[in-house]
Amino acid sequence: MSTARPAAPRPRSILARLHLRERIRDRDTAVYTVLLVVALVFPLASMYVSDGSTYAVSLAGHAGTYVLLAIGLNVVVGFAGLLDLGYAAFFAIGAYTYALFASQQLAASPAHHAYHLPFWLMMFIGLLVAAAFGAVLGFPTLRLRGDYLAIVTLGFGEIVPNIFYNLDQWTGGINAIGGIDQPTLPWWITGPWAGANDIAITPQFNFSFDPIAYYVLIFILVVAAVILVNNLYRSRLGRAWMAIREDEVAAAAMGINTVTTKLLAFGIGASFSGFAGAYYGASFGLVSPDDFLFIVSITVLVMIVLGGMGSIPGVIMGALLIYGILHYLLPSLPPLVESTASAIGLGHLNARNGDWPGLGNETQNVTLLLFGLILVTMMLLRPQGIFPSRVREQELKHAAGGEDEAAIEHANA
Amino acid sequence: MTLDAGTSATGALSILNRFRLFRLGGMTVADYGFYVLCGTAIVLLATQAVLGPQTFFQVLDFGVADGAIYALVALGYTMVYGIIELINFAHGDIFTLSAMLGSALLGFFAVSSNSFTVTDLIALAVAFPVVMLFIGGVNVTIERIAYRPLRNAPRVAPLITAIGMSFIIEGIMYLWHGAVTVGFPDLLPHGPGYQTYIGGVFFTFKDVFVIIAAGILVTLLALFINRSKLGKAMRATAQDRDAAQLMGIDINRTISATFFIGAVLAGAGGIIYGLYFNNLDYHLGFRAGLIAFTAAVFGGIGNIPGAALGGLLIGLVQAFSDNYIGAKWTEVVIFGILIGVLVFRPTGLLGMRVPEK
Repeated sequence: MSTARPAAPRPRSILARLHLRERIRDRDTAVYTVLLVVALVFPLASMYVSDGSTYAVSLAGHAGTYVLLAIGLNVVVGFAGLLDLGYAAFFAIGAYTYALFASQQLAASPAHHAYHLPFWLMMFIGLLVAAAFGAVLGFPTLRLRGDYLAIVTLGFGEIVPNIFYNLDQWTGGINAIGGIDQPTLPWWITGPWAGANDIAITPQFNFSFDPIAYYVLIFILVVAAVILVNNLYRSRLGRAWMAIREDEVAAAAMGINTVTTKLLAFGIGASFSGFAGAYYGASFGLVSPDDFLFIVSITVLVMIVLGGMGSIPGVIMGALLIYGILHYLLPSLPPLVESTASAIGLGHLNARNGDWPGLGNETQNVTLLLFGLILVTMMLLRPQGIFPSRVREQELKHAAGGEDEAAIEHANA
Repeated sequence: MTLDAGTSATGALSILNRFRLFRLGGMTVADYGFYVLCGTAIVLLATQAVLGPQTFFQVLDFGVADGAIYALVALGYTMVYGIIELINFAHGDIFTLSAMLGSALLGFFAVSSNSFTVTDLIALAVAFPVVMLFIGGVNVTIERIAYRPLRNAPRVAPLITAIGMSFIIEGIMYLWHGAVTVGFPDLLPHGPGYQTYIGGVFFTFKDVFVIIAAGILVTLLALFINRSKLGKAMRATAQDRDAAQLMGIDINRTISATFFIGAVLAGAGGIIYGLYFNNLDYHLGFRAGLIAFTAAVFGGIGNIPGAALGGLLIGLVQAFSDNYIGAKWTEVVIFGILIGVLVFRPTGLLGMRVPEK
């Protein structure tokens, strides 16, 4: 008796073995993949399109700073549910820590000695200093009700740039700290992308504001941060954060030490900011108190809320989107509007005429208004963010069974 | 750190908590810290008052006038926070917008700035109610568009729309006047006939006007909140929205009314600010708003007399700090006080100890 043996499974292709189809169905993996591919192709593509101009790459490198900040703030606001309105303070602390110990600044100060510590060390020192400040600020205040923390951080965020501004004999005050050391590496790979003819290894590489080098650096930092935060999210600590976010009393009853857990969230969030600050100081070569005002904290908060609080791919997308709007879309609007007006025969509007400042100038005047409109519209259309966290999404669906009318509308939307 | 088995269910009782809740003669250590800080400040100021009474009382006069304006703005923050727990970032810009509207309206009357005439009086009598009502309407519209649809969304969502609204209002003012300083007609009686020295301290009619106007508005508000039916509805909604709704209170109407009244006060504050300082710019409300919000927290957020008191005290702190410490440190002092108050007395000066909702 012989039954037909089932056909031997065909050897699966590499593509099949990667479970590509299943992975693509998982939204987060898909977003990560797209982001990774775009990030890798972007420098080449942008330079190809713009005839070797590295402007877009340097812009992307700066956007990377905000991605790091958003990932860090997401730990505090998205995971642990603590509202931090003074996140830029830790950013400032990281940047100034690097700037002070990697420039000639301290030579003119009462210390009378300039330090030139290496970037790679200072990055971690900036991280530690920012985390320490986070702990010092968080320790007495984290046991307060959620909103009080927001207010304390708001105050802290106002104080820190002011102190850097006022202690001018140490920090240069309004003159800012310039001439900050560039990171160096023992070797580096050059190639056609950097203007060289062949791919070669050069010894003793100095970053010296090379946008490509900074892009590579921030890319590595962001990837490392994403891996780290993803692991944190799934760890015991991450679950404790979520428990606290949902119900602090219940979490405490389950044996979670809420103060320590919240302090960790706050400190870890601050340390990301300090890390990003050191990168910021190096990549611009200049730090000024005006770079860390309340508006920076608000921008980062907007990024994570619009991206989707608690969802890491979401906040990365949010950061890139808002950065793109603020630093690419809005500045490029006036020339765009002017050329459009010329094209459709309204060119006479471009000229200044009496009270009319010209279409280009008027568009520039309207950018603040436009940004506000974009914020309000996006928030009203998707209050949960572009890519909300999966857990949150499930909660909203479950809430539909309950008595909450708004949640029903929400789930049906 | 070990958890005490007996008390862990009530919340995390860390060493810090034990320290804070440790009582000595009926007060916690945090209370002692608070009183020690306040005491030190009072002693330092008293020393100044004895050493240079003239300067001290002059600064006090400026401080009270500033504080009266902050109080008017702080009331709006505290009312909105009390009822929907939203830090209304657009409120400072509502204040600035009303000052600009007032400037335009008074400019329309082409009033003389040299001597106070009947025209000036009529202009003021028209400008105050028109601007106050209009700005109240603006704030109600903002609430309707930007906050109401998000009432059940995550808590941060309305915060972001508030920031967006703040940008929109600032953007409109920027379109209107650009980044330049806008003048405000110097209407109030001023000049040699309306100022006097009492014991070497310089008083002007403007100071008196600001203080009296703010005092009247705050009193009216307190009467309204405590006596009227709508005021009662507001208090009920702030206390427990669901229960208030079950009692037949129209929540949406009550919240709209809160926004309206908050903006009316800010509107009056804006005109008073303009009349007192005579210049403003589109970005004024941002800083003033943050400081007024600090005042609201200082007095106990959600508490109306607290906001008035907090505004007054922040005005004094600002004046004293400008004079005795140096103007560049004033912001550090103000926000330092904010952090200090929250650490030592999270409920503010007059706030009550409310359990977390």
